[in-house]
Amino acid sequence: MGLLNRLNEPFEGGGIVLGTVEDILNWGRAKSDWYLQFGLACCAIEFMAVNAPHFDFMRFGTIPRTSPRQADFIIISGTVTLKMAERIKRLYEQMSEPKYVISMGSCSNCGGPYWEHGYHVLKGVDRIIPVDVYVPGCPPRPEALEEGMILLQKKIRHEAIFNKRKRIAEEDKKLGLNIK
Amino acid sequence: MGEKRKIELDYSQLDSERMRLNVGPQHPSTHGVLRLEVELDGEIVTDVIPHVGYLHRCFEKHCEKMEYPMVTPYIDRLDYISSMNNEWPFIMGVEQMMGIKVPEKVEYLRVIVSELNRIANHQIAIATFGLDAGAFTPLLWLFRDREMILAILEKLSGGRLLYNYFRVGGMAADIYPTFKEDVLAAISQVRKTNPEILNLLLLNKIFIDRTASVGILPADVAINYGCTGPMLRGSGVPYDLRRTEPYSIYDRFDFEVQIGKGEVGTVGDCWDRNIVRYREIEQSCNIIEQAINQMPMEGDVKEAFPKKVRPPKGEIYCKAENPKGELGFYIVSDGKNNPERVKCRSTSFVNLSVLPEISKGYMFADLIMILGSIDIVLGEVDR
Amino acid sequence: MQAQEIFDKLKEKFNDDILELKADAPSDPIILINGAELFNIAQFMRDKEELDFDYLVDLISLDLGDNLGAIYIFYSMKHKHRIALKAIVPKDNPILPTLENLWRTADWLEREAWDLMGIKFEGHHNLIRILNPYDWEGHPLRKDYVTPEFYHGMKVPY
Repeated sequence: MGLLNRLNEPFEGGGIVLGTVEDILNWGRAKSDWYLQFGLACCAIEFMAVNAPHFDFMRFGTIPRTSPRQADFIIISGTVTLKMAERIKRLYEQMSEPKYVISMGSCSNCGGPYWEHGYHVLKGVDRIIPVDVYVPGCPPRPEALEEGMILLQKKIRHEAIFNKRKRIAEEDKKLGLNIK
Repeated sequence: MGEKRKIELDYSQLDSERMRLNVGPQHPSTHGVLRLEVELDGEIVTDVIPHVGYLHRCFEKHCEKMEYPMVTPYIDRLDYISSMNNEWPFIMGVEQMMGIKVPEKVEYLRVIVSELNRIANHQIAIATFGLDAGAFTPLLWLFRDREMILAILEKLSGGRLLYNYFRVGGMAADIYPTFKEDVLAAISQVRKTNPEILNLLLLNKIFIDRTASVGILPADVAINYGCTGPMLRGSGVPYDLRRTEPYSIYDRFDFEVQIGKGEVGTVGDCWDRNIVRYREIEQSCNIIEQAINQMPMEGDVKEAFPKKVRPPKGEIYCKAENPKGELGFYIVSDGKNNPERVKCRSTSFVNLSVLPEISKGYMFADLIMILGSIDIVLGEVDR
Repeated sequence: MQAQEIFDKLKEKFNDDILELKADAPSDPIILINGAELFNIAQFMRDKEELDFDYLVDLISLDLGDNLGAIYIFYSMKHKHRIALKAIVPKDNPILPTLENLWRTADWLEREAWDLMGIKFEGHHNLIRILNPYDWEGHPLRKDYVTPEFYHGMKVPY
């Protein structure tokens, strides 16, 4: 049961909700992600359609920013060529932490239709920057991108903020991974 | 360093300091990944050097490695806003080489889907141009209307943006039962909302002030630079391949070739190029209406499919009127399953090359307007 | 004007440099010429009143095995006729005169042909790569092109 369902029946004791600081911070972060307004290829047109009224991307709390310094996540929407790859890497490095990457479309996932003979195509953007969510499709339907956005929100929601390294190391231990 | 050199200055040669500014390739108003190196004297543009190739996806190499039917999806991804129009010249070229005559129904269907896609393309062109000028509402309105056209094309082909619908000798799928009603409803919707865009954006005082007499492209310069499509027609040259060299069945339809007349400024300015696009939407509606009424609803669209797509030895240049201009494919066949060579005469590539010529002497903010009025798609510029 | 008439007109002026007319349908008529005389022929075609080819449609570069080829397609807005010229140059010394002073659109088309096929255009004011990065090696559309293993530390093959 969400908070909104209980709006008409006031909370006992003055309406105080208890939660961990991490939960509340993550809740706020997940619901207001700003993205870098940046298009590469065919997928950018579908990305524009997602922003347009029919699919209404802004209901996820996203606002386009034209500067990478103000953006929380970047959507790599299209084919990454070798000429463009260094630029994308620089854009990613200019973003402030915490930062996330959605790879939209087959081209930026793995090279897409250009995987075999594309002498000038980077076969997957994950060769230069880390990717959080992969959205398949050529181009992905707007609904697919929206699902990718929901997955990203889920990821942010459950993220560790305090003692991050220690906790991740413990989790790795549980899984039997030996990463230093 | 060696010994110090003596520096001599000729003070009569000194000019005010020029600034070099880099726009793109991730700038939101460059319509993709175009990089412009701009030289500014104060706020006046003195030189523009476009750097393209940030989306070079090796199209022509892929053509040599793929069989003919496998080339079509790559052609979709050239000008990804108007895929239907892109596929046509290539398919037509292969058909002419093999001597295939497609059924009447296929010809009409091709005209209808291409004109529908032309409307969708011009809607995006006007919308993003409005966005460059700072008008956000037209973008929302036009994208809302565009969804209706995309829904029809999706029902036909299965794709929202990249269709792969044209086949050598026919179409990939037949029409669906309510096709005619859907198309007529979409046209009446476009006709209803088009005047709204005219009043909201194109006849807006602010918009006219920003675009009239900006980026003037005289007709002879346009021809010398090889510009086609609304770029050339905006300069007052009635060159439209659908009328000058009618291909397919375009000689059966009654429509007017729109040219820029300099109604609010000079002939060939940014406003003219956009009003040509706006009026072409209306003309496309007319063509679709005539075609849907003449089209035979019975018949098989896959009737003329060849058993194997293998054109005889030879070469052909086949062209068609893309929403952006003349799109041509030079196909060289040596009798095998793969083309020997395919060269794409890309419209946006040629149209973009005129940018340095027409943007000199204007303010920097005007440069963005001029670039927007060219209506480039970087997938086609870089291939 | 028909292709045969254009051919005769050119033959009259540049007799030995105009080699052959290929006009077997459905292909477009192509006139085979001597590449060294390309500039003069093109200038004649542009400036002569009854030819008046004011629009250079496209420049196509071809790899013909031992040779490289270039096809120029011209169109006349006034007379509404079109013709194509084809010049063949040896692969080890592929040089053609530039046409950028006649048609400005040739500027970018020639840069593209140099980038992808490696045809040199003598007299071009800025013959640098246009689609590939400026420090790219090789000409990708040649049949013997080998894709590099790495570019700036990024692996190129899948």
